[in-house]
Amino acid sequence: MSVEYLGLSEINGPLVVLEGVQDASFEEIVEITVEGTKTKLGRIVEIYEGKAVIQVFEGTEEMSLKNTHTKLTGHPMEVALSEDILGRIFNGVGHPIDGLGNILAKETRNVNGEPLNPCSREYPRNYIKTGISTIDCLTTLIRGQKLPIFSGNGLPHDELAAQIVKQASLGDNSSEEFAIVFAAMGVKHDVAEFFRRTFEESGASSHVVMYLNLANDPVVERLITPKVALTAAEYLAFEKNMHVLVILTDMTSFAEAMREVSSSKGEIPSRKGYPGYLYSELATLYERAGIVKGSTGSVTQVPILTMPNDDITHPIPDLTGYITEGQIVLDRSLHQKAIYPPINVLPSLSRLMKDGIGEGYTREDHQDLANQLFSSYARVGEARALASVIGEDELSPIDKKYLQFGSSFENEFIAQGRNEDRGILDTLNKGWELLTILPREELDRVDTKILDKYYKIREIANSEKMMNDNESQ
Amino acid sequence: MELTGNIYGINGPIVYLKGNLGFKMSEMVLVGKQKLIGEVISLTKDTTTIQVFEETTGLKPGEEVISTGSAISVTLAPGIIGNIFDGIERPLKEVAKQSGAFISRGINVSSLDTQKLWDVHITVNIGDYIYGGTIIAEVPETSAIIHKSMVPPNVEGTVTKVASDGSYTINDPIVTITDNEGNEKVLTLTQKWPIRIPRPITKRYSSDRPLITGQRIIDTLFPIAKGGTAAIPGGFGTGKTMAQHQLAKWSDADIIVYIGCGERGNEMTEVLEDFSKLVDPKSGNLLLDRTTLIANTSNMPVAAREASIYTGITLAEYYRDMGYHVAIMADSTSRWAEALRELSGRLEEMPAEEGFPAYLASRLSAFYERAGFMRNLNGTEGSVSIIGAVSPQGGDFSEPVTQNTKRFVRCFWALDKSLAYARHFPAIQWLTSYSEYISDLGPWYSNNVGTDFVDCRNQLLSILTEESKLNEIVKLIGSDVLPDDQKLTLEIAKVIRLGFVQQNAYHPSDTYVPMEKQLKMMRVILYLYTKAKQLLALNMPMSLIREDAVFDKVISIKYDVANDELEKFDDYIKQIDEFYERFIKTNG
Repeated sequence: MSVEYLGLSEINGPLVVLEGVQDASFEEIVEITVEGTKTKLGRIVEIYEGKAVIQVFEGTEEMSLKNTHTKLTGHPMEVALSEDILGRIFNGVGHPIDGLGNILAKETRNVNGEPLNPCSREYPRNYIKTGISTIDCLTTLIRGQKLPIFSGNGLPHDELAAQIVKQASLGDNSSEEFAIVFAAMGVKHDVAEFFRRTFEESGASSHVVMYLNLANDPVVERLITPKVALTAAEYLAFEKNMHVLVILTDMTSFAEAMREVSSSKGEIPSRKGYPGYLYSELATLYERAGIVKGSTGSVTQVPILTMPNDDITHPIPDLTGYITEGQIVLDRSLHQKAIYPPINVLPSLSRLMKDGIGEGYTREDHQDLANQLFSSYARVGEARALASVIGEDELSPIDKKYLQFGSSFENEFIAQGRNEDRGILDTLNKGWELLTILPREELDRVDTKILDKYYKIREIANSEKMMNDNESQ
Repeated sequence: MELTGNIYGINGPIVYLKGNLGFKMSEMVLVGKQKLIGEVISLTKDTTTIQVFEETTGLKPGEEVISTGSAISVTLAPGIIGNIFDGIERPLKEVAKQSGAFISRGINVSSLDTQKLWDVHITVNIGDYIYGGTIIAEVPETSAIIHKSMVPPNVEGTVTKVASDGSYTINDPIVTITDNEGNEKVLTLTQKWPIRIPRPITKRYSSDRPLITGQRIIDTLFPIAKGGTAAIPGGFGTGKTMAQHQLAKWSDADIIVYIGCGERGNEMTEVLEDFSKLVDPKSGNLLLDRTTLIANTSNMPVAAREASIYTGITLAEYYRDMGYHVAIMADSTSRWAEALRELSGRLEEMPAEEGFPAYLASRLSAFYERAGFMRNLNGTEGSVSIIGAVSPQGGDFSEPVTQNTKRFVRCFWALDKSLAYARHFPAIQWLTSYSEYISDLGPWYSNNVGTDFVDCRNQLLSILTEESKLNEIVKLIGSDVLPDDQKLTLEIAKVIRLGFVQQNAYHPSDTYVPMEKQLKMMRVILYLYTKAKQLLALNMPMSLIREDAVFDKVISIKYDVANDELEKFDDYIKQIDEFYERFIKTNG
């Protein structure tokens, strides 16, 4: 039995107000039928005795105060789940749009999820090889991590994400089942199509679940899309023991949608008009990455966000950086120099890498090498700044070495092909090879023993080459 | 008497009731069918406003709200140390047993294990007159900590009955007293205390001894006193959490209260895992045996995040009352301030700066003022030190939380983005950081470390300051044109930066450095400086001096001299002398 309420008492942007409602609960989902034909979903965001404020996901177009029938569903937003979701495409609220019919649900879950108990978490330690030098060596991705890509409009973040998906082998246990959950929020048609094609080409389509809310889809729907996607990811990871990689793009659209709804609710804005709870709201999404004790699956998140005006201090990247376990920052000037992937390594960071690299995982020298590359490359910036003031010729010999190191680092280490899959050892050796451009005294971040062992790489290579040359003569 | 009301409206974590129901401010209430825990935060003639510490999804208008008659409080008894709680002192391990990996709502668990039998030694006799703070029983809580159960602050009377030493649960009667009105009162190992009210003390002492952390930049350059307050502000990725972890691991407090306030779940898991393996170098006990964790991660309800800071400090004060030195790591106070802002926004209060409520400053000061070196009611001495991380928006220290915090703390360890980018850790920027304790602690350093300690420290800091001035010039004209003595300053500053200020948390002999080694390192560096200056005075060219390997050797003292090989420092002095002689000989 369910009561239908006729008409509304107010419509304001994505929000409608329903009066006289009884027995409704906070965050309950309602179905609104417009003119007897079109059905929209809404969520109760504020409730008083006899009065509910409802946020309509599919937009309030065509709605009037008289032409609607509203029905309470009696439960919060839920999504139907089963293994059959793999290989399927859904809209932003989880309804199939690939024409293959509904999902036969084994289970329905509340999309809001529940916080994972820190005692039940397993600390992530296994690294994921992406085949991209800058990521593998300097900002290592760990299974169960949330590592966003901070990008700007026009930068190749989609290509980078696609390359990560294609090349991400899951270490030695790659026979384990994996899945990719892709959630698009307010992205362009082309972008969604690009990802669909990439998944198809790499032969992974049957492991991919796509939730698409495109740029021309209703704005409010975006607020629920990542929650639906993450609920599916949690189901696959912790129920079906799969290793799930979640791509969320574009988080900026998600935050914009929140601001829009917040301002129609008349809430007091905090920074740049975003609501005060932006942090909490982002955190409830990002914190849904991780590994649960007793389950062999994991949820790894790679959210993508475009920094408005390339400003990393904008509230969206800023709050994201405080929640996620590091970030990969793309840089416009590297992109302009035609370096792909244009990863600016200095502000990039992986907080979990310290426990997933080194002896037993990658190689003993990994941490020291990474620290040294960061430190030396930071010095390159100083040398370049100096060169721009006094001219390159006036630089001290050591500063000139740094300039040389800088350009080799950018062109040989950072830059790589869009389909190039570099092994971790190749990457580390490459790093040492570049460091030999600098005199040994400059390498102050490396333990003496490790330096003894690895600093010689180029010398050996050179002497071998010389020997070969001599022989051929 | 139990009061009840009915829900009128719900907006996120805020619930409204209609009418004047007789609820008290700050009273704990149970909301709805699931009995979610809430707190009364405002009362008017027609509306009672409640903040709910759990998700309010599914709550309906009309559901019942029940008063409990007491303020939101914590249970204080053995079993706190080594445990992990959420923001309102619910034990997360117990919660996991009841509700699985994910935290569901309306869970009814007691804060501490009420079944566990503790080994109790009674310390009072029949006929004793005991009052608030008197220690009535001692319980070995962990291998590191003796828990001293005390008379609650507002109770006094004559002991009429005592139990014999033996095994008791925290709710078993231990001591019975008759108060001045002749009423009988039974005391157990447990007491409750409201989290928003500081526990009473007799007297506040000035801060005259340092909290030793084993971190050179802190102990030497910007020390914090026992009972002091410090803030670590820094943008994301500058190493706030890392610094907090290092302090929690190595500082010489008896007890650590680690509050993960609105931070990452994996970080709390890391602390939990690390601390149950790592051993305290001084006592040989597990670090977890002296630590209690409060984890209210960023995805847990926002109202409980607001409460977590108070829960943490109340636990700390309780252990201080036993005569322990307690250090609180609050990571991060900005998340707590944001929780205030979020709740304030839901209440439609008039915002002050950047949407933060106008009472932000007074809340911050009330929190930091609960730190201090105190004489307790029972005559023991103990301290609570607060080290609060601040996460300024966009790394900009002019934002309200950093600015207001700065007013109430005496130590400011400013983390710097460019140091972090170059992976210089701890990324505490020496030019913008300060400690007001340095003059208070001077005598302690002279008596316990070395009379020249403060002097060495000041020299180091002035060299670093000098370097930053010279760097301004170098940026414009390059370093080659500087006169030799300034080149030497740059070289020594480099030695100080790399060899002293920078510290490697992952290196076994560098992660913790005792005070004596810190002083010896300073002496060697300054000795090198003096000798090199003498060479310059003899017109030796800096270009040659710089080439000598002795500089690199001094830089790597931190790795090459283990903490128990301090006699090696004499070799370094000798090597510097040799370097001096050699130079005179070859170039003289």
